Parts: sequence; C-alpha cells; structure tokens
Amino acid sequence: MTTLADTSRSGRGRPQPSQAAPFLRQVGAQLKAELLLTSRRGENILVTLILPVILLVFFASLKIIPVSTGSVINFLLPGILALAIMASGMVHLGISTAYERYYGVLKRLGATPLPRSGLIVAKIVAVLLLEVLQVVLLVGIALLFYGWRPVGSPGLAILVLALGTITFAALGLAMAGSLRAETTLAVANGLYLLFLLIGGGILPLDHLPAPLAALAQYLPAAAFTQSLQAALTAGAPFPGTALLTLLIWMILILGVAIRAFRWE
Amino acid sequence: MMSAHAQTTGQMADLAASPERAEAAIVVDRFCKSYNGRRVVDELSFSVRRGEVFALLGPNGAGKTTTVETLEGYRRPDGGSVRVLGLDPVRDAARLKPLIGVMLQQDGLYPMLRPREVARLFAGYYQRPQPIDQLLERVGIDPGTKTICRRLSGGQKRRLALALALVGNPQLLFLDEPTAGMDPQARLATWEMIRDLKAQGVTILLTTHLMDEAERLADRVAIIDHGRLIALDTPDRLTGVDNATVVRFVAPAGLDCHALAALPGVQRAEEVRPGSYLLETASQSMPAVLADLTAWLRDRGITLTELRVGHGSLEELFLRLTGSEIRE
Repeated sequence: MTTLADTSRSGRGRPQPSQAAPFLRQVGAQLKAELLLTSRRGENILVTLILPVILLVFFASLKIIPVSTGSVINFLLPGILALAIMASGMVHLGISTAYERYYGVLKRLGATPLPRSGLIVAKIVAVLLLEVLQVVLLVGIALLFYGWRPVGSPGLAILVLALGTITFAALGLAMAGSLRAETTLAVANGLYLLFLLIGGGILPLDHLPAPLAALAQYLPAAAFTQSLQAALTAGAPFPGTALLTLLIWMILILGVAIRAFRWE
Repeated sequence: MMSAHAQTTGQMADLAASPERAEAAIVVDRFCKSYNGRRVVDELSFSVRRGEVFALLGPNGAGKTTTVETLEGYRRPDGGSVRVLGLDPVRDAARLKPLIGVMLQQDGLYPMLRPREVARLFAGYYQRPQPIDQLLERVGIDPGTKTICRRLSGGQKRRLALALALVGNPQLLFLDEPTAGMDPQARLATWEMIRDLKAQGVTILLTTHLMDEAERLADRVAIIDHGRLIALDTPDRLTGVDNATVVRFVAPAGLDCHALAALPGVQRAEEVRPGSYLLETASQSMPAVLADLTAWLRDRGITLTELRVGHGSLEELFLRLTGSEIRE
C-alpha cells in the first residue's frame, strides 16, 4: 500500500540544499561585474582617464601655469593625480552607486548571499585597479613626454594616495547613499569642478584671491593635493598641516557615509 | 475496513508529528509594522506550509509588500514575530539568504549589463548554481543576446528577474507581483514555470493584483486589507458554493427590488445594472431563497435568462470584503 509518507520520501528527491559560495568567490564574481560596468560606461572612462590626461597634457604643454619654483611637470603631476583619484572615488564611484541604488540594484543584492562587506570590498578593489591604471597612464606620460623624474618620498606618496582614496570614495558613497541619483550626479560633478579650480592642483593657491585661498586651504581637495605635492617634491618639508586636515576630513566623511548610507 | 482506516489516520498523525512536515515554511505571528506612526500591518498572522503556493492578495497599500519584505529580511517587525524556514530573517540572514529566491517589485537589474552577465554574476554567489544558459532559455531569454538590461521590455526584465530568483536553487520563493508588465503569453509561460517549481517541492509565496493568477496558482489565498487578514482559504472555498451568500440573475429590467428584498432570507436586493440583479443572503438559507425567488418570478410571469450562486469571482469577493477595487 502506498502511503502519503512513501510518496513524499520516494517520489522526487528533495532539491540539493542551496549554499552560498565562499566569500572570496562571491567577491570575485562581484569584482568582475564591477570592472565590466566601469569599462562599459563611456562617461566613466572620460572623467577618470581621458579628462586627467587632457588636463595634464594641456597645462604641461602650454606652460601658462604660474609656478614659482621648480618645473611645471613637477608641480602639475601631483595635482592631476589628485584630481584623477577624486574622479575615481567621488565622481565615478559616487554616481554609479547612486544609480545602482536608484534602480534597486543595491536592494536586490541585499536578498542574495553576497554580504554587504563583500559588495564594498569588490567596489574598493575595482576603484583601486582603476587608480593603478590612472597612475600608470599619468606617470607614464609625465616620464615619456615631459622629462619627469621620481623625486621625494614614494612611501609618503602612497600613504597620501590611500588617504585621498578613502576620503573621496567615502564622499562619493555618502552622497550616493543619501541623496537622489540626479542630485548626486550634479553635486559630484559640481564639486569636481570646484576642486579643479580651487584645489591647488592646477592653479597654485597663492595665486587665488586671499580669502578664497584661505577657505580652499581647509577643503579636502587642497589638503590632498598639497600633501601629494610635498610627497613628490625633493626636499619639501613634511606636509603636517595638510595631512592632518586630510585625515580629519577622512574621519568626518567616513562617519557621515556610514551613518547616512541607505541601501534602498 | 476499520483497521485500514485506523492505519491511515495513524500515519497521518505520524506525518504531522514529524518535525520536517510539521514545521511550516513561513510563520507570521501577530506581526505589526508602522511607518511614521501609521500602522501598515496590524497583528497579521498566517503560516505557509512547505511545498505550498500561497498568495497574498490585497489592494495597493494593504501591507503585502511590507509583509513580504519583512520575511525577506529587509525590515524588522515592530511587534509580533516572523520565522522563515525556522530562521529569523534579520538575525539569521546569512543562513537564510542562500535558501530563498526573491523577485522584488522593482527588478533591480544592472541597466548596463547583458542578461547573461547578470545571471553569471548572481550564479557566482552560490555554491551550486543552475546552469545559466538553460535557465535563461527556460524563462524565454536568449542567452546570446547583446541587448543590455536597460533596453529589455518590461516583461523581459520581469522574466530575467525570475531567472535570478531561481539561480541558487531556492527552497522558498518570494514573488512580489511576478507577472506585472508581462504580455498574456509570457504570463501563461510564467504560470507554467511556477507550477513546475511547485511540483519540484519549492514553496512559493506570491503577491498579486490578478485574481485569475491567485485562483489558478495558489493552494491558498490570504486576502489582506489595511494590514489585516480578512480571509484565508483555498480559492475554491473562497469563491465556491460551499458558503454561497450571493445570488445573481438576469431578467427584464425594472423589477421591484423592495419586493425582492422582502423575500424570506434575503438581506439585500439590488439591480446592479439594468436587468442584472444581486441578492445577498445568509448562506444556510440559500436553497429556500432560490425556491422563493423562482416562485416569485413565476407568479409574475417573468423568465430569467441566467442564474448564478456563489461568492462570484474572487474579484467580487474581494470587492465585497475590502470595499475597494483592485488596481494594478
């Protein structure tokens, strides 16, 4: 006699119990998608790679930058590197994450086994890889075409690049996680333009009107740029004030990003 | 006879007692949720058996999505408790997520990725995912398509979202309005897939605005309105003659509704459209009401052209219970 119990056991086998992939495999899958997305969005390539190269080539070739000491390229390269990092973290990461939130992608990922930490790790690694590409491209152009030679402290430069990356990536994510996507788009681009003008990367701060220069000193862009300039200049004094300002901004923005970020 | 009967009941009792069968897939117990002081779910209780297709039906703002998203771990209950596969959706999220498949109201697809790329990404989250090309073909999406998700039609996006819900071989599926935006053909194909999944033993909780979707797919339907459960039963019992309380008939226009309402057992009579009448009764008086109605018509020499008894469709039941139309 067939009983209910028999059919439920022998009928069809229970589907295999589902299991999450190991953390690193999940991060790997996510990283591949992040890189694919970065490469597929033309505006990303424009703002993170093409624009910094144009800025570097344009201003290094025209020799209109009022540099008081040293060569133009020595002054310009750290500033353009800083702008490139801002473009990767604040503009690219901020805007793309804002739209992922807008389209419900972040929410949908919340129902998968991928932990939030996994998503964040994948995004950070994707930004770091993009930055490596930016650094290689910009330093390569400076070396090959403008006779730039590495001077200063490479260790300090890497530390400053790391602090700048965290600061501006957190700024992008703070906007992406709390503002509307369109607002993030506008604010990120607006800040980028502002930082380009008063960040001290292209136009030295001491050529700005005094009150504007004083204000700019305290903004994260100038702090980042000045720290990087000091790190890549032979015999420059340790950029204590600038580095401290950057550090304070980093902690502040990171705190806001963690508190304000909404996944939906 | 006696012994066989006793044996069967004994086995049924055993089954109910065995933990695997007895434990429901979903238990919602006096669940409450408020937003800005406004209560959207109010002491809602129901449970979903393993292997069952369970539909949550209600008008916009009834609390369906809030309930489903709490079960998925997106929100915490303000009061009461929810258990999914024996787990707490928030506290045990890491253990629960691999076991469930989710289709949200918003598809949540990467706009710039192709369907196969999104499917490959989601497959990467699981230890033993489904083969993605077959899965995409099953939902009617060409795995080789170069079209990015942003350019897919609403129905195609919905079907891709269904594929993503299935890629990890879930035991339990949450489908929030699964066929919204699909053309009739895709809708039928999706219903077929849902039946297949049920046959494979997958438990499914779906929300829908579509009465025929609930009637055709669900083993049981819960009707909720203003965050409260107002009916819970099989579609047949909800709409069928077992508890019939409504008589509809078609006859010449202009009959005296006051006289009809005065028939014994009739609580209300109304000419809903010219020539189309509706009588409400208590269910136990239905046979007598039918005899009295036809006698009343005979005495006046009136022939009716159509007579129907029941709750009407689920749609009519819904309208009667909630007082509101279901809208997409």
